Amino acid sequence: MTSPAGLAGPACPMPSAETERVLLGHGSGGQLMTELLTDVITAELGTGEPLEDAAVVGVGGVDTVFTTDGFVVTPRFFPGGDIGSLAVHGTINDLAMRGAIPVALSLAYIIEEGLPIAELRRITRSAAAAAAAAGVEIATGDTKVVGRGAADGLYVTTTGIGLRPEGARPSAAGGRPGDVVVLSGPIGLHGTAILSAREGLGFEAEIASDSRPLHRLVAAMLAAGGTGVHTLRDPTRGGLASALNELASASGTGIEITEADVPVPRPVAAACELLGLDPMHVANEGCLLGLLAPESARDVLRAMRALPEGVDATVIGEVTDGPAGRVSARTLIGSTRIVDVLIGEQLPRIC
Amino acid sequence: MKHLDEYRDPALARRLLGELRATATRPWTVMEVCGGQTHTIVRQGIDELLPAGMRMIHGPGCPVCVTPLEIIDKALAIAARPEVIFTSYGDMLRVPGTSGDLVGLKARGADVRVVYSPLDAVRIARENPEREVVFLAVGFETTAPANAMAVLDAAKTGVTNFSVLVSHVLVPPAITTLLEAPDNQVRAFLAAGHVCAVMGWTEYEPIADHYGVPIVVTGFEPLDLLEGILMAVRQLETGRAVVENQYVRAVRRTGNTAARDAVAQVFRVTDRKWRGIGEIPASGLALDPAFAGFDADRRFATGDIVTRESPACIAGEILRGTRLPTDCQAYGTACTPRTPLGAPMVSSEGTCAAFHNAGRGLELR
Repeated sequence: MTSPAGLAGPACPMPSAETERVLLGHGSGGQLMTELLTDVITAELGTGEPLEDAAVVGVGGVDTVFTTDGFVVTPRFFPGGDIGSLAVHGTINDLAMRGAIPVALSLAYIIEEGLPIAELRRITRSAAAAAAAAGVEIATGDTKVVGRGAADGLYVTTTGIGLRPEGARPSAAGGRPGDVVVLSGPIGLHGTAILSAREGLGFEAEIASDSRPLHRLVAAMLAAGGTGVHTLRDPTRGGLASALNELASASGTGIEITEADVPVPRPVAAACELLGLDPMHVANEGCLLGLLAPESARDVLRAMRALPEGVDATVIGEVTDGPAGRVSARTLIGSTRIVDVLIGEQLPRIC
Repeated sequence: MKHLDEYRDPALARRLLGELRATATRPWTVMEVCGGQTHTIVRQGIDELLPAGMRMIHGPGCPVCVTPLEIIDKALAIAARPEVIFTSYGDMLRVPGTSGDLVGLKARGADVRVVYSPLDAVRIARENPEREVVFLAVGFETTAPANAMAVLDAAKTGVTNFSVLVSHVLVPPAITTLLEAPDNQVRAFLAAGHVCAVMGWTEYEPIADHYGVPIVVTGFEPLDLLEGILMAVRQLETGRAVVENQYVRAVRRTGNTAARDAVAQVFRVTDRKWRGIGEIPASGLALDPAFAGFDADRRFATGDIVTRESPACIAGEILRGTRLPTDCQAYGTACTPRTPLGAPMVSSEGTCAAFHNAGRGLELR
């Protein structure tokens, strides 16, 4: 029955969400992924909350920063990059978000039988060029081949190691009420570029991924702001909205942003409008969020804007004293709304 | 492509709100029919800035929400068949049927694919001649032309392994049903701009006249909605009740003739059950008998479907505009976008999802 009277019918099992199997949405960077990490993976590993982009491990009295990341992007070549350069940039950026100077990377391939050798060569050349441009060595790696149908062409895993200079301690939990929220550049480029390339939506001429290394930008920020740089986060999967929510939760603060101050390139806005997407939920690969002590913000912003990857750096909001974990946005017409995390995937998986 | 800034200008928005406050002398109640408009209103907080006492009621215009449970269950039964590639717009994948949803079915091995156009489904059929490709053809007058074109394309090019599971619904009969309800509170309507871009607004004129209710064809941007509300209130304040067009940049009185012709060729009007509302006479589209070969419902005998709705869900009252999501005991607790009990919490156009995504009422829970 679907009539209103039918709604008050006999009790029945709730239409339950799938809980027995992994869904694509579990890889989205949204709420489902958080549940998978906390309820299954870290629960079994016995580790703490997976809040940070990279771990800090003390080695011989030196802060060594360590991270690993898998890349399964389709298509492997897209406007603004490819899976090889993306893997290098993504791992450098995860190290940089903890204030580290990247030192070396590993590069591991799982290759599906049938992948053209020329394509593998092109991707490897791209990864090598990205590492060289960033001043990072690809020091080790691994190669496995699986049968046709067992993988989607090529999966790449990179692990990175970096060293953190004394003084710098950016952490997801570092935000304090009154901190200034800065964004290094426009949002939504990577996700819409991938979707457009994958689905042939025709935005490829206007939108290219923002994939790029951010460690030099971070170094400049730390040089200008020192310990006033409380938090750094690159808003990749799940987009700006997920990253803001993660930072607010981790630091037990609120965050309030002004929607009109969030830079969304016009082609991204148009693509999102057409597809019914929210740019704040779309993945990025070349911008970062910073939570800065107010007294440091001006100097840090000036240092950011002096670099190409930070030239559009802008203030989008501030950290508030609560409620803890609440992210709100002042809307264009002056009202206020909550900025929520996606449940599952908004787009097919991106990175 | 036309850009959007001019329809989101904060200074213009403030001016329109000021005019609205100066115009409204009574606590009028206006319904936006379309779920896309609901999302703009809630996301931008337009309803929170209206003159004191004035209310927006959120209507049944979410195509995902009003698709009957029987259709979802049929979709699940067809998608589970090994020979089938089941295609749908993304929104339909998480709508709860009686025993699960298409996302869960996909994770258990069914070949369920998201498409951006029904023509993509025809292409998939062409590329997979040994499989049966089914498209879930739901939605209002807006999606019907593309679905009609897909059927015409398949017929013309001899694609025989393509079929559609049809559950189209029509807006004007729903408006009439709401106005006939004894508990109706709606004094004016904002009609969905994209529906009227296809169908025009001639069908709305007798409704406005007969029921004495202003109907304003309205777009989807914040300024569109503010201007649409202002136009409706101006009519109410001066005792007029006609159809007006706020969305002049996209809509003509007679709509899109080519799109209407395609719809008329492929579909015929039929009685249709709306999820949460019940059956409304002549409120849906079904395949014309001439295209019966493309009817998935016929091709895959799904047997007697026994459906069960959650007793906690008040979706019907929400879709009829008599209660708000925040009135529901399950809202934000048992029912969230993660664990939806009813379709309005699933779709990006659903009223409950719009409220939940904007954090409405959640601080009270």
